[in-house]
Amino acid sequence: MAFTDQQLERYSRHIILKEFGTKGQKKLMAAKALIVGAGGLGSPAAMYLAAAGVGTIGLADGDVVDLSNLQRQILHSTADVGKAKVESGAETIAALNPEVNVNLHRGPVKADNVLDLIAGYDFVLDGTDNFPAKFLINDACVLSQKPFSHAGIIRFQGQLTTYLPGQGPCYRCIFLKPPPPEAVPTCRQAGVIGAMAGVIGCLQALEAIKCLTGMGQPLTGALLVFDALTMDFRKIKVPSRPSCPVCGQNPTITEPQDYELAACDLKAP
Amino acid sequence: MKLTIGGETKNFKDDLTVAELLAEEKVQNPEYVTVAVNDEFVDGPLESRRVLVEGDHIEFLYFMGGGRPWPSPTNN
Ligand SMILES: [Zn+2]
Repeated sequence: MAFTDQQLERYSRHIILKEFGTKGQKKLMAAKALIVGAGGLGSPAAMYLAAAGVGTIGLADGDVVDLSNLQRQILHSTADVGKAKVESGAETIAALNPEVNVNLHRGPVKADNVLDLIAGYDFVLDGTDNFPAKFLINDACVLSQKPFSHAGIIRFQGQLTTYLPGQGPCYRCIFLKPPPPEAVPTCRQAGVIGAMAGVIGCLQALEAIKCLTGMGQPLTGALLVFDALTMDFRKIKVPSRPSCPVCGQNPTITEPQDYELAACDLKAP
Repeated sequence: MKLTIGGETKNFKDDLTVAELLAEEKVQNPEYVTVAVNDEFVDGPLESRRVLVEGDHIEFLYFMGGGRPWPSPTNN
């Protein structure tokens, strides 16, 4: 596959990177990445992956754009309020880089569709905002031996880790199981500083690009924790857990399972 | 004795257990916080009675969702 003059110009700052080059760009253009959650984390991730020329980007989200999303979900604009996030996201991506093929998966990711959803992709980015979805994506990726990036943000903090099959711990190794719905006492939204989604979502895009092109060391075996108030990035070593119920020696989770969302996390009809 | 908590070295009384450290550090809802001592996970009530020794480094790993976190770290 030869580059067009336009592609050479568009991706010139990638191509002149010694570690990246035309080889890395070609790999990206042939790659397929799935972003689950076209929200705070998924927005910058989708935009940077699109700008980078990732050949196919899947967007999975069942929500519509809400005014309160716009403080951090930069994939969407004021005029998009009320529109499906996947549609709004696809428009933003098309405007940024029409070469990117966008697959829209409108609807919630559940135990009965998650394996089919991720099957066609080389790398998965978890940009969801709730624990049932995070555990579901983890389990599906482990069961499918699919590399994925976990991220979470809250208030002024963010965290990130990358799962590579057989090469390090999964999300469940670290956190075992979702906190029970009744453990969320008030259901008060905790809030998050908008730019935190940018920081952590961009790091997810970087991890995806690294894994898809084979550059550098992925964030495997470590949980990166970022505190915006102190500007501390800490890379905390995390081991694989031999007793992990999904990736351990005697797994008890052999298919994806749905967990209950806290009642207050459910969308009002 | 000196322990390193989240990268910060502080003084503690001797023979402190993991459970006592969680209380001393005012970690909220410790049942939902993953504890690692010297890069190994500490699990369940049995291991939370583990006695820490000088020089141990301890990490508290918190759930972070997407603006709907639970529990929240104490340093807020
Ligand atoms: Zn695991």
